[in-house]
Amino acid sequence: MAKYLLLKHYRGAPAAVNDVPMDRWTPEEIAAHMRYMNDFAARLEKTGEFVDGQALAPEGTWVRYDGEGRPPVTDGPFAETKDLIAGWMVIDVDDHARAVELAGELSAAPGAGGEPIHEWLELRPFLTEPPVITE
Amino acid sequence: MPPIDESLLRSLTPEVLAALVRRGADFAAAEDAVQDALVEAVRVWPADPPRDPKGWLVTVAWRKFLDAARADTARRRREDRVEEEPAPGAVPGADDTLQLYFLCAHPSLTPASAVALTLRAVGGLTTRQIARAYLVPEATMAQRVSRAKRTVSGVRLDRPGDVATVLRVLYLVFNEGYSGDVDLAAEAIRLTRQLAARVDHPEAAGLLALMLLHHARRPARTDPDGCLVPLAAQDRTRWDTSAIAEGIGILQRALARDRLGEFQAQAAIAALHADAPTAEETDWPQIVEWYDELVRLTDSPVVRLNRAVAVGEADGPRAGLAALAALDDTLPRHTAAAAYLHERAGDVETAARLFAEAAHRATNLAERDHLTRQAARLRAHRPAGQRGTDHPGG
Repeated sequence: MAKYLLLKHYRGAPAAVNDVPMDRWTPEEIAAHMRYMNDFAARLEKTGEFVDGQALAPEGTWVRYDGEGRPPVTDGPFAETKDLIAGWMVIDVDDHARAVELAGELSAAPGAGGEPIHEWLELRPFLTEPPVITE
Repeated sequence: MPPIDESLLRSLTPEVLAALVRRGADFAAAEDAVQDALVEAVRVWPADPPRDPKGWLVTVAWRKFLDAARADTARRRREDRVEEEPAPGAVPGADDTLQLYFLCAHPSLTPASAVALTLRAVGGLTTRQIARAYLVPEATMAQRVSRAKRTVSGVRLDRPGDVATVLRVLYLVFNEGYSGDVDLAAEAIRLTRQLAARVDHPEAAGLLALMLLHHARRPARTDPDGCLVPLAAQDRTRWDTSAIAEGIGILQRALARDRLGEFQAQAAIAALHADAPTAEETDWPQIVEWYDELVRLTDSPVVRLNRAVAVGEADGPRAGLAALAALDDTLPRHTAAAAYLHERAGDVETAARLFAEAAHRATNLAERDHLTRQAARLRAHRPAGQRGTDHPGG
């Protein structure tokens, strides 16, 4: 088994085929999209492949250490940040081919006009524990 | 009150399960009932240990099964059937346990499903324990187990299965590593030992020997900071000599049967490492011969890669690099092996670059950190201005 992260971007991903921002959809189209996402996660739970799914607020704060005895420095958000993560799903699947298949299904979530968005999702393998037997 | 011996309790799991199936319970319902009985045993036994643990478990599991069947009105017809079953007869013997191994590793299951079902139905682990071992939510693991049970629900328990598929599943469990709350390596050894005692198969013995020999090195595999220590640098006084002795004994008896298989060959390589008092005294020519056997048995590119590294030790790094050059350079660990051989050949510059590249391609964290440190070690001797910026992982 292998764990993969399916990463959704607010921005920073290549343009989707059905590239209409969500705030231009009808309420029914948004509802249909949400239903598709929930059904997808529920189906993965049933197949024993679901690990986690979360959505992120678009705006956050940058934080860094500022030396002994000082409070951390905060900054941002920065409008120029190119890569903005919208959310993720973590899956635990037999192999890479299955991960690609599922990412393809998730990317088919309906958007404007009820048509698939064809959104680009980033698929990243988790680093694992080292195997016991290597030689 | 004394804590109960959980591995003793769990070693009874397959026999209790088989007893229920013998009495007419279907596999999926029987498996649930046995889980319930195990939970109850953990609760009750410390204060009130039974004289006959197996009999106790069979009685309680059977009662749980009947309760569940009665409660499930949708299963009215099955309830009628089990009510007609005769009173409990003799508890079945070892063969039933073997059949459960075959069922749980049935070829119709995906590897992940076979692993989950084996750990629960044969190993007696709870769904929560398996979920934690594999770092997935308990609900996900529960679904994986119940799907697996549905998949094999039509399989008859009375036909002999394929030992090789069972060994493959146990190998996967062992090789998962030492993470998590449940010691999967120890559990794999326990299940393989139980299997090897029941089946006359040199490869079952070979796999058990392989596991014991690798498990013996466990205390030396990581340093106090949790960093991976490569075989050559391990403190061999920390190897478990009794596990090594047992593994070598099992391997020798298996090899004497003259039915060589890949697990015996892998165990033979592990035994040669275990036999060497120091890394320098390793019998590399003989290890290369065993890799030749493994190539013949498996024709695996990963084996060819490991063989190239062994050739580098036996005949010098140039010979190792030549063997490596014949292989696909996208193989996992190809770059790491090349880096190692280049360093041995004295080409520090190339080795450092390749170690950094190998770290970038590593599929696990401990190995990535190890390879990054190798690159850093080689680059530390260069003036700061010449240090590249191509180090991976920050």
